[in-house]
Amino acid sequence: MAEQRVLVIGGGLAGLSASMKLAELGVHVDLMSLTPVKRSHSVCAQGGINSVNDQTRQLGDSEYKHFDDTVYGGDFLQHQPPVKEMTDWAPKIIDLMARLGVPFNRTQEGFVDRRRFGGTLYKRTAFSGATTGQQLLYALDEQVRRWESEGRIKKYEFWDFLGPITDGNGICRGAVAQDLHTMEIRSFPADAVVVATGGCGLVYGRSTMSMACTGSAASRCFQAGVHYGNGEFIQVHPTAIPGADKLRLMSESARGEGGRVWVSKTPQDSRTAKQIPSDERYYFLEERYPAYGNLVPRDIATREIFDVCVNQNLSVEADKMCVYLDLTHISRSELDRKLGGILEIYEKFQGVDPRDVPMKIFPAVHYSMGGLWADYERTSEGGLQPGSPLNQQTNIPNLYAIGECDYHYHGANRLGANSLLSCIFTGLFVGPGLQNLLKNSPHGTAADQPASLYESARNVHQSNHDRLLNRPSGGENPYLIHQQLGDVMTKAATVVRENSKLREAIKTVQELGERSKKCSLTDTGSWTNQNVVFTKALQDMFPLAKSILIGALQRDECRGAHYKPEFSMPGVESDDPAERRRLAEAWCDRFVENNQKFLKSSVAKLDEDGNPVVGYEDVDVSIIPPRPRLYGLVGGEVIEEVWKEKYANVNHHENGAGNGSASAAGAKVAQSN
Amino acid sequence: MISSDSGSKYFEVRVLRQDKPGGASYWERHRVAHEPDMNVISVLQRIAANPTTIDGREVTPVAWNCNCLEEVCGSCTMVINGKVRQACSALVDNLLDDKAGEIELEPMSKFPVLRDLCVDRARMFRGLEKAKAWVPVDGYYDMGPGPAQSRAAQETAYPLSQCMSCGCCLEACPQYTQIDIPRQEGESDEDYNTRRNAEYDKNFMGAQAISQAVLFNSHPTGGMLSDERIEAMKAPGGIAVCGNAQNCVAVCPKEIPLTTSIAKAGRAATAHTFKKWFDK
Ligand SMILES: Cc1cc2nc3c(=O)[nH]c(=O)nc-3n(C[C@H](O)[C@H](O)[C@H](O)COP(=O)(O)OP(=O)(O)OC[C@H]3O[C@@H](n4cnc5c(N)ncnc54)[C@H](O)[C@@H]3O)c2cc1C
Ligand code: SF4
Ligand code: SF4
Ligand code: FES
Repeated sequence: MAEQRVLVIGGGLAGLSASMKLAELGVHVDLMSLTPVKRSHSVCAQGGINSVNDQTRQLGDSEYKHFDDTVYGGDFLQHQPPVKEMTDWAPKIIDLMARLGVPFNRTQEGFVDRRRFGGTLYKRTAFSGATTGQQLLYALDEQVRRWESEGRIKKYEFWDFLGPITDGNGICRGAVAQDLHTMEIRSFPADAVVVATGGCGLVYGRSTMSMACTGSAASRCFQAGVHYGNGEFIQVHPTAIPGADKLRLMSESARGEGGRVWVSKTPQDSRTAKQIPSDERYYFLEERYPAYGNLVPRDIATREIFDVCVNQNLSVEADKMCVYLDLTHISRSELDRKLGGILEIYEKFQGVDPRDVPMKIFPAVHYSMGGLWADYERTSEGGLQPGSPLNQQTNIPNLYAIGECDYHYHGANRLGANSLLSCIFTGLFVGPGLQNLLKNSPHGTAADQPASLYESARNVHQSNHDRLLNRPSGGENPYLIHQQLGDVMTKAATVVRENSKLREAIKTVQELGERSKKCSLTDTGSWTNQNVVFTKALQDMFPLAKSILIGALQRDECRGAHYKPEFSMPGVESDDPAERRRLAEAWCDRFVENNQKFLKSSVAKLDEDGNPVVGYEDVDVSIIPPRPRLYGLVGGEVIEEVWKEKYANVNHHENGAGNGSASAAGAKVAQSN
Repeated sequence: MISSDSGSKYFEVRVLRQDKPGGASYWERHRVAHEPDMNVISVLQRIAANPTTIDGREVTPVAWNCNCLEEVCGSCTMVINGKVRQACSALVDNLLDDKAGEIELEPMSKFPVLRDLCVDRARMFRGLEKAKAWVPVDGYYDMGPGPAQSRAAQETAYPLSQCMSCGCCLEACPQYTQIDIPRQEGESDEDYNTRRNAEYDKNFMGAQAISQAVLFNSHPTGGMLSDERIEAMKAPGGIAVCGNAQNCVAVCPKEIPLTTSIAKAGRAATAHTFKKWFDK
């Protein structure tokens, strides 16, 4: 029998951990990436990676609490079994990564040191200096190189995945890809294809993500029939440094260490920050949230900064939206000691010393919770069945999705330091399932397929490519269309979402999508043609962009990162005890009612014309019943009290309870508008 | 900076271009409008969006590599105003302060040019393979926590572990010279890689690979391959080639103490020779 192979697309944390695990299991791997895998986007992660640990355990923490924080943080929108399995694995993953040589910061005694991140009370986060993602990625890259030297893994770096190859029965048999230098287009037969291609930040023009995060690979799977889940859930980070090319992350710790956020009361004040006297400054977070001040939760900080700049027109600069994040009242020595590393980033990229001059920051798109729909097999205990080929499989047999590009783990909002975990977890966990898939080959093998399948798939992409190069010039410029797409998406579908604006944006994006088909290439050459590669990626952004917008339009509620003021549920303001209880009960009733309608993952499919149709899938909430997220809500105490007394023990989600496998729910995907 | 009538300010960008491997290189001049907070990447983005030379000729966009735009991925290394560095952390205002009105971009000279500012750095990754820059764990099953590590050991290892294979140290090194091995007509991937790697292995591995060998030798489990790494460093193309010019350490963007690593490797190699001599 011919040697079986798995093709892994993407060499970030997810793709590398899958490759190395498969190699260990004796499976031959082809590993493909746009960039050399060591240069993947995962290197950007600074903060850290979460797990329960010996110290937190003794303070009452457990895998279950990590699980609970994750689903609570995600506003209960994730199927619970995969999350439970992930948090169960977390401590083992940190142990493994330390064994692989990741230089985690250490305690005096030599244990892995931990810090506290948002959304939890425990110090769960392991970190390696200010470059945790880079260190984790390098450890995996090294193991993959080890297997490469033994011939178990073969790398294809500087290759662009153009799409999966499916046979007449809709089973994935490999992929077509293009060499970014020779521009050769080739078919790669494979017994399974694993897509690990990360997030889609570039759909928003500029974001905190890397330039390879176009979402093109996910979109190509989507266009080949894979469902796209929870697309409308996009995390925005409140503080990023707006640059001409990228929005670079400014860590939350700047506010944690006393940073104050303000703007001048005079719009676009021509004076420098220092010249503006304190009574002419608007410390809007401190004034609007006296209790929390500058340390309001991420989503609130984001919304308020947006409001001050967009609705009140108080942006510091006219042509670029930003507010001041001011540390200049803190002594230099204290700043260096506590924030040295991150202030250097600002200095390096802005050329200004934030110890002397207030930083200028603005929220930026940061993470895509949504992604390719993926399945799992549930155990009776509520975890995942190890070695099941269903785990991480998309709705196309033999085609898998892992890492940031799957939709599974983070629901409506991702907790800080949970994403590196989900990437490594899914990479490791998918391995044994694939091994079993290959062993049993329920759908036959790639070697059994006729050569014509691979030839014709290749030819489709070749003629598409040739058409792009030879098309009579249509006059559109792909880089300008990308900028316009980014502007529309950023205005309509980030922090605050309004149905009228979403509808408008859907129209504009539709038009931009049509125009993108008329791009004139300035390079029609056949060697390292970055122009045509970018144009293809741009065209593939539209199906995702539309799914995000339609998903957001249809979701008339607030959940996690998705905030629609028209449908927000104000807290309880009254002082009268009886009235408070009555209002709290009404609040809880509305909460339950809303969940019955919207506690569902959105699942997008494309119709014949290539337009997304967004339906819904029930969520497996059988382990932890959904409860209100009350962080910072006025009257939260009384709502919580009433909830615990009257609602908590009633099952409000009979439809979502314990449906075993997501595919059961997936089959029920209904169209609704 | 050049001011135009319309009031906006422009500067000139000179790019050393090359259309394909082995092709002739040529200079091309572009005019770019100044914007606040520009770095060299955004300059290249503006050129890509409107690839017209200063004399109004329409040309193909300049090709370059980048990904993170935060100076952690190592993709965008090039020679900017004569200095090897990352394009993403090269700020236009600073460059124009040093040299008014003009920015000059060239590809690295120690690696074969693929196109324009893109070069082929496969040899660096081969160097890491030769140095066996990995921890030889038994496997990826749960075996409990690894060895405890002292804070001091972590603080020594971490800086070395930040090497992003950018190639600056090799561009600056007088002992590291370009090797270009063009693929032969009809040669398979495997044959080409074998032939190319054999050629790379004969030549200097360079400071980054030596420093990685030192990093893994210092790790409790990594150290189990110490002998093999030291053998690799004693082989042709190893540590003996280093002329101790110290250029490498001066240009490393991550400020990795490369000469300290090289000295450590040198001492380890000498000790290893003696040990083998006595063990005979
Ligand atoms: C600035 C920043 C800081 C962060 N900090 C943290 C943190 O502290 N903790 C945390 O948990 N999370 C953090 N995150 C999130 C986390 O870094 C990412 O979610 C994670 O690294 C994604 O890994 P991945 O393996 O899924 O994909 P990536 O690392 O994005 O890799 C994708 C891979 O796919 C390849 N690829 C893409 N498209 C194609 C194509 N068409 N053809 C071929 N190959 C392709 C790429 O080349 C790459 O190899 C941060 C994110 C950002 C932006
Ligand atoms: S010290 Fe050695 S490696 Fe560094 S630049 Fe000099 S010769 Fe090259
Ligand atoms: S040692 Fe420094 S200069 Fe050399 S490749 Fe690594 S990071 Fe770049
Ligand atoms: S783009 Fe990553 S180092 Fe410059």
